[in-house]
Amino acid sequence: MVVAPIAAGRQAALSELLESLNSRPGVVDPLNSILPFAQFGQLHFARLVILDDPTREDIRQHGIAPLPLPPSLLFLGDCDGDGDDFLESLVRHAGKGLRQIFSHCEGLGSTDDLLQWLKDHSRRPAAMYVNWIGRTVAQIHEESALHHALVSYLAGQTADFALQEPRIIWQKLIAFVDDEIAAQRLTLSPAAATPIGWRIGNLLDLLGVPVVLLIIAPLLIVYLPIFAYQLRRRETADPEIAPRPDRDHVRRLAGLEDHDVVNQFSAIGAVKPGLFRRWTVTFLVWILDYGARHLYHRGHLTRVSTIHFARWVFLDGKTRLFFASNYDGSLEAYMDDFINKVGWGLNLVFSNGVGYPRTNWLIFQGAKDEQKFKNYIRRHQLPTEVWYNAHPGLTAFDLEINSRICQGLTKNFMRDDEIRQWLKLI
Amino acid sequence: MSAIIDYSDVQGIVRYGYGHLSAAGFFLLRIKNPGAARSWLRTAPVTNAMAVAPPPQHALQVAFTGDGLEAMGMPRPIIDKFSPEFISGMAGEESRSRRLGDIAANAPSQWQWGGAEKVPHLLVMLYAQAGALEHWQEAVQNRSWEEAFTVLRCLPSEGPSDTEPFGFKDGISQPQLDWEQMKKLSGDQIDYSNLAALGEFLLGYPNEYGKYSDRPLLPSGDDRSAGLLPAAENSDQRDLGRNGSYLVLRQLEQDVAGFWRFLDRQTEGNAADQTKLAEVMVGRRMNGEPLVPLSNGQFASADQAANDAMKVNGFTYESDSDGTRCPFGAHIRRVNPRNGDLPYGTQGWFQWLMRTLGFHRKSFRDDLVSSTRFHRILRRGRGYGNALSRAQALSGGAVEGYERGIYFICVNANIARQFEFVQNAWVMATKFDGLSGESDPLMGNRQPIPDCPITDAFSIPQESGLPRRIHGLPQFVTVRGGGYFFLPSIRALWYIATLGD
Repeated sequence: MVVAPIAAGRQAALSELLESLNSRPGVVDPLNSILPFAQFGQLHFARLVILDDPTREDIRQHGIAPLPLPPSLLFLGDCDGDGDDFLESLVRHAGKGLRQIFSHCEGLGSTDDLLQWLKDHSRRPAAMYVNWIGRTVAQIHEESALHHALVSYLAGQTADFALQEPRIIWQKLIAFVDDEIAAQRLTLSPAAATPIGWRIGNLLDLLGVPVVLLIIAPLLIVYLPIFAYQLRRRETADPEIAPRPDRDHVRRLAGLEDHDVVNQFSAIGAVKPGLFRRWTVTFLVWILDYGARHLYHRGHLTRVSTIHFARWVFLDGKTRLFFASNYDGSLEAYMDDFINKVGWGLNLVFSNGVGYPRTNWLIFQGAKDEQKFKNYIRRHQLPTEVWYNAHPGLTAFDLEINSRICQGLTKNFMRDDEIRQWLKLI
Repeated sequence: MSAIIDYSDVQGIVRYGYGHLSAAGFFLLRIKNPGAARSWLRTAPVTNAMAVAPPPQHALQVAFTGDGLEAMGMPRPIIDKFSPEFISGMAGEESRSRRLGDIAANAPSQWQWGGAEKVPHLLVMLYAQAGALEHWQEAVQNRSWEEAFTVLRCLPSEGPSDTEPFGFKDGISQPQLDWEQMKKLSGDQIDYSNLAALGEFLLGYPNEYGKYSDRPLLPSGDDRSAGLLPAAENSDQRDLGRNGSYLVLRQLEQDVAGFWRFLDRQTEGNAADQTKLAEVMVGRRMNGEPLVPLSNGQFASADQAANDAMKVNGFTYESDSDGTRCPFGAHIRRVNPRNGDLPYGTQGWFQWLMRTLGFHRKSFRDDLVSSTRFHRILRRGRGYGNALSRAQALSGGAVEGYERGIYFICVNANIARQFEFVQNAWVMATKFDGLSGESDPLMGNRQPIPDCPITDAFSIPQESGLPRRIHGLPQFVTVRGGGYFFLPSIRALWYIATLGD
């Protein structure tokens, strides 16, 4: 993610420029002349957000003056393969547009090396959730085309297929797909190999984190009662700041939503002051990253299966936390899922943010105070000026179904009941 | 803490559907003289929710839009404490219309009322026995009325309210309001229950989260607000919303002829198949029986009426997890997925832990739907227009040109979480419960979504594997008008009637 402070007096012009990337508010033109996102085949999602914190004054309720942080431009993307490689590709093919956008930010001279400047201004996420690690944009497009082709084919064949044995149907469908591939109307590329470097890094992380935890376990156990006391002292005293959000703010946000079945969410919040909170949130986000990487990389994040990508990024020396996600359905449904299915998870991380609804023991209450929580979310949400989705109209569940359909076609053998289950997916 | 409900303060429609009063007239009014309007309201015989025997012979209910409250003289700071969706109105924002599926033929610009320039101020609902409506109307629409209001639209409804225009028995499934407030509201609820927290339908009482929905609370100091009840969670404030609720009204025109003709074509004229297909689209048989088996005695109660209701409503979809008896996308399964989100038989802390961490799924298709208990609505709709039987529809010819449909009415305390949620996430969603390319078979607007031009399918899961898919469903229901109203308590009506004094 690229974070760059906006030069004084240039925010309005930048906003206007970003708006010109959209064909209408909330809907980007994927082949716009400045940043033609659709030309980058490895890009799943991308967004440009002007980070102008509407809640910067909240921290005064903790007796602290807010840091004088100028508004910044955030540019983030979720892509296949290495992030640096993508950045290089982006600069090579869309350097002019990028320069035009980032010229509104501080410190980019006209002769500066753009790629180096972008790398210098990059921030790695503290935690990253990917719905299905390893699923590429190409794979998504191919599998979706395959599913559509099967549905169209079956629509014209209902009479024939209604009475056939499932096994025969399966074989006929395989034959149909083979024909389509031969005629080049469909493609099913083999999966790209995972780079060995990534595998090694992943394994080290998988083993390393528990090893580290084991080593520091004695310290943690000793610290636990102190932690409990500190936590309760703060939880009972920390102010809640969740008034009804400004109507114009909400109207602006809602105007950018629900143009597709997938939506974007960008939010910023200050971390509650003090080392206790900073260390607690750092530790918890680290655990969250471990869980996302190794437990929740195949479709669901605890009970929620509607998020495509999500990331948590610390900014400004861990005084602020930025959160971005791409999710299915409307915001109301998203918040509903979180409150009812994984409220504890939200509380764990976000209760360390200024003004979050009161929690008990870090995981209880908090998000369950439905109205306050919904107010809080809208209050901290930022308008996402530009948002790109490489595969609109497809939910995370669709992607999983499409993959399973594809797998069923390439298997050599399936039992009768497996074939039946597979046919139900189409 | 559970307060005893003062039924004399609640408008009757929250407690009763007035099924025995088959004639109804819903008047959408604009206020031309606020003083006269307040004067009319002071003497209007609004029906409350007290149980009387014999049941009343007529009924009157009054509700206001945000614009209406302002026209009555309510100060802006108080109106701003109502819910944002009520203040904005059903057609107030394009983003809302997008979410509700009010686009293309359903767009507010095409509405007969409720769109820009035609937003009503008041909804006055009259109910009477068959043939007696005019007489009741005359009593209610007195001299003050004439001075106070212009009628924007009159929505009449006659005939029995238990069958809707397509021919299906309606009004069967209703949440049971917890008037005595006995339901335990904390913690997880594992089993599906039809008993809903009172605060889901009446402002000023705890909702399913055990909290109080936002509503206007006024400081005690004001003389005029002394007539209002105190807020349950803070007796220093007066609760303008207590014993009141929000009411959603949508005029839904039903293309009955188109519906049966489409089914006729699909089944090549076979009447029995036609009925079966209609029934899987709706999710119930035409006589109201569910397609899934009833749960055994789970809902048995001492009340005979409740027992009778349970004969057609005491079921969940536990026994139909693959949708072969009642398709996932069937109308009633969409508007109330019942146990759709609930994990099966979690006992013990280990299973609780597995569920919390998300490793409880037996099939990847499980747990896709939201918790239903937070999204119930109380329906009070009435049909309108001349009935058109299936035979008449299929015989073709001169029954065109007459509108018929439903005035969809529901009562809920949180419009965004209840009505709007059901409409957006369940009814109009083409991706509901893992489906794709299909919205509600009855209500869907068949409009494309990005990269998915076809949304007019309906899939019927089959035991043998491949689902049977119907294609090309035309739009059967068109929205002709709508609005969000505040249904005040009797005390709040008095407060409104004495504004500006």
